Amino acid sequence: MTSIAPPALVHGRRLPNAWDVAAILLVFAVLIGIASVARGTLAPLSSVQSTAIHLNPAYLPGYALRTTLRMFAALFASLTFTFTVATLAAKNRRAAIIIIPILDILQSVPILGFLSFTVLFFLHLFPGQELGAELAAVFAIFTSQAWNMAFSFYQSLTTEPADLDEACRSFGLSPWQRFWRLDVPFAVPGLVWNTMLSMSGGWFFVVASEAITVGNTTFTLPGIGSYVAVALRRSDLLAIFYAVLAMLVVILLYDQLLFRPLVAWSGKFRFETVQTASDTEPWVLKLLRRTFLLREIGSWLGDRVAVIGRLRLGRAERTFKSLERGKTSSRLGDAVFYAVVIAGAGYALWQVVSFCSAHLHWGDLLTCVELASFTLARVIAALVISCVIWVPIGVWVGLRPKATKIVQPVAQFLAAFPANLLFPVVVAGIIAFNLLPNIWLTPLMVLGTQWYILFNVVAGASALPGDLKEVAANFGLHGWLWWRRLVIPGILPYFVTGALTATGAAWNASIVAEVASWGKTTLVAQGLGAYIAQATTVGNTSKIVLGVAVMSVFVLTFNRLIWRPLYAYASRRTNLG
Amino acid sequence: MDQQVTARSLVEVSHCQQAYPKDANNELIVLDDVNVSLHEGEIVGLLGRSGSGKSTLLRIIAGLLRPTKGEVSWQGKPVRGPVRGIAMVFQSFALFPWLSVQENVELGLEAQGIARAERESRAEEAIDLIGLGGYDGAYPKELSGGMRQRVGLARALVTHPDLLLMDEPFSALDVLTAETLRTDLIDLWSERKLPVKSILIVTHNIEEAVLMCDRILVFASDPGRVAHEMVVPFAHPRNRLDPAFRQMVDDIYAVMTRRKTPADLRAAAAVPATGFATPLHPIGTNLMSGLMETLAAPPYDGVADLPALAAVLQYEADELLPLGETLQLLHFAELEEGDIRLTEQGQKFVHADTDERKKIFAAAVRTHVKLVAAIRQVIDERWNHRASAVRFRDELEDHMSPERAEETLRTAISWGRYAELYSFDEEAQQFSLEDIEED
Repeated sequence: MTSIAPPALVHGRRLPNAWDVAAILLVFAVLIGIASVARGTLAPLSSVQSTAIHLNPAYLPGYALRTTLRMFAALFASLTFTFTVATLAAKNRRAAIIIIPILDILQSVPILGFLSFTVLFFLHLFPGQELGAELAAVFAIFTSQAWNMAFSFYQSLTTEPADLDEACRSFGLSPWQRFWRLDVPFAVPGLVWNTMLSMSGGWFFVVASEAITVGNTTFTLPGIGSYVAVALRRSDLLAIFYAVLAMLVVILLYDQLLFRPLVAWSGKFRFETVQTASDTEPWVLKLLRRTFLLREIGSWLGDRVAVIGRLRLGRAERTFKSLERGKTSSRLGDAVFYAVVIAGAGYALWQVVSFCSAHLHWGDLLTCVELASFTLARVIAALVISCVIWVPIGVWVGLRPKATKIVQPVAQFLAAFPANLLFPVVVAGIIAFNLLPNIWLTPLMVLGTQWYILFNVVAGASALPGDLKEVAANFGLHGWLWWRRLVIPGILPYFVTGALTATGAAWNASIVAEVASWGKTTLVAQGLGAYIAQATTVGNTSKIVLGVAVMSVFVLTFNRLIWRPLYAYASRRTNLG
Repeated sequence: MDQQVTARSLVEVSHCQQAYPKDANNELIVLDDVNVSLHEGEIVGLLGRSGSGKSTLLRIIAGLLRPTKGEVSWQGKPVRGPVRGIAMVFQSFALFPWLSVQENVELGLEAQGIARAERESRAEEAIDLIGLGGYDGAYPKELSGGMRQRVGLARALVTHPDLLLMDEPFSALDVLTAETLRTDLIDLWSERKLPVKSILIVTHNIEEAVLMCDRILVFASDPGRVAHEMVVPFAHPRNRLDPAFRQMVDDIYAVMTRRKTPADLRAAAAVPATGFATPLHPIGTNLMSGLMETLAAPPYDGVADLPALAAVLQYEADELLPLGETLQLLHFAELEEGDIRLTEQGQKFVHADTDERKKIFAAAVRTHVKLVAAIRQVIDERWNHRASAVRFRDELEDHMSPERAEETLRTAISWGRYAELYSFDEEAQQFSLEDIEED
């Protein structure tokens, strides 16, 4: 499996600049805006009837279908967002200046903390209807997927090979033709990989967003997530077992019918001049490609779709591409644009300040930072432990092609499985053995995300060049020296990729992992995740906003101070030439 | 296509200048006052070293790039953007890896909105013409380099362009494949089977230019300009071993080595302020020693004819000339009228052992390469004997493009390292005297 660097790592800047500040302000002003709207509508909405959830396993297939449909609705929304916003950013210099930092910030905002507001916000838009709650769930999944997809597409658009660009222009392709002939195909490998990672992460959110409790009201949507929530309240371990089983089947189908065929298919678009030995074809793809009837249907459909791509929409670029970009874009336009951004950021600043001064004290900030440090310690500890476990195993597996073939798909499968379905089992264990929640709730944070470390390390170890392994064997490198000189430098870029994904997700997971309940018992670990979760339960808007903001800053700082430099170092040092 | 009747003018390039803005009041001139005209029925070659701006000129003619100054006209009308009627073949082939051969060839027709049936028949025609029949459904990555460039050619020809622009079309191919493609193209041209009126080829290969073109424009660099124009009087097919052919190749070598020296002098005179802003060719020390050893040994015994040497070493003029100039810069050899002659210093270097060679090289570099001398001087002056590479890079960028500056600095780093004048820390981007033993 190819490893594609996550957008958060490639985007190179470390020190925040003015645009970052503007982006942060805008993002939080919008979040505060949503929160304010939502808060005002809490009272009349409590009358909304929640759908009753039945614990009879016969209902599960239906629930699983609803959950899956939500996933795909969100995927569609994310793709639309990606194709429009990322294209705008890539083709318009001014738009890029503000869109890119905003995407970068949004990637690091633990959106799970805002779930309750988005639910209320959408319920407010469609009062008294289930549609509002449905849209809110879809939106939650969308927010977990869209940013890195858009980022990946933007990166592809800005790194298109110059000769293909020139070929398109000299043959006079219209913008629409160019989009489907060059822009999209070139972006496919990165986009598919990021989409699949997003989808994997999305299962976690769909489960979390189906049952939301704000104040005294619980909004439930029929789905696996709400099924588990009900089972949890009733301490029904058997029902949870059924739900896990149903989810396993769903993920298995998703993995076999979508993930694998799509990733294998995207290999066709990989921009390379040599033909590489391809991995084994997934059976679904084989079926589609080899079965006569299916192939005919496929190519007929493909032709119809291709016709759309050939339409000469928009006028072909019959103008020069100027070398001096600065000169062609008008000064006046720049001035207007900067003025709008500055005004927007200023208004956002005013909103944020007035919100904070009305609802918050410096003491709150102090509490948040203190709690965030606890969560940080927990994230680091969990990360270190999972590294100690998975790095040696991953290297062992990666050096053995046969083992890699078995483990790699399993690890990717496990990464997609929403770990929050397993929380109740762990919580029941903690209660049964009377363990300390402050320590024993910690593993929940990496329960689902440790697999990213495993499969990236496996990928790194299996990509170690054969000649280097032979040299190491030839000179008798062994023990610590073998690790230090060969393995660690070799897998470092892959490891950083995995660890970044794992920590980002761990922060997000802390919101659902630091407070866990089983029947009437509730376990709380001290930390920022618990702070946000509890603020959500009592419907305290200002505390949620503050908690999420502090968490975002921690995540951003962590990424910029540790992962990015480490990744830059690793990729610089481990590339020959 | 009746070239005898009237040679109608296709392209007129007049007083074109191309400059890249560097900072507020400084710009880097890539092309200066270029005048070129192309007529129907001829193959014209733009011959020059890499970086001389010939590919830039090609893109200006294609309407892909706007010249900073000057006018380009196509069939009498000014060029304001990509021109229909001009098709381009790329050095890197520029094939879309996700499209099959057939789809790649149809690309230009799709852009013109031509109906499917006509698209397919014309593509089929072009594919057959260029010898790709049977490969229609293949993807570029399944093809060899030669086959890929045939696709590039078919894709350009299928639009029936009046002018075919070729940007170093054969330089990414191995020698034999390139030769096959050249002769196939010339055969089609001679038999009037190509649906084009004129061809413009950019190349750095002197023999290729003499083999294919009716007219050759020799480019000089820094800034790029047409230094010389010559007509190739031979009929197709041409014989590389024909003495007249060889003579012409020799003449062009002489032109390219001769023209360089005064330009160099002028360039050096133009930047006396810092003195070290002379661009360096990225030539490794192993390559220098190799060439000097070859020159010193029989049959050359110190003097060699450049074209003959290039043929033996399987080098192109583009590769051999910078090497010769570098040796000249270090006073290890002299270039004159297409010959290269080893100097006394050069002879001494060849006969020395590894340590002595380093000393001779160190002395030559410190005396003749101002940049290396300046770096060492700055290091010596600092109390901690460290110097950042940034200041040198910045200073170089005031006088050349960032890529050139980087290349020059890299070369100075590598030469200084070999001469053990300083060491360089890549991470910190710092020069120092660590591990350097003082005598």
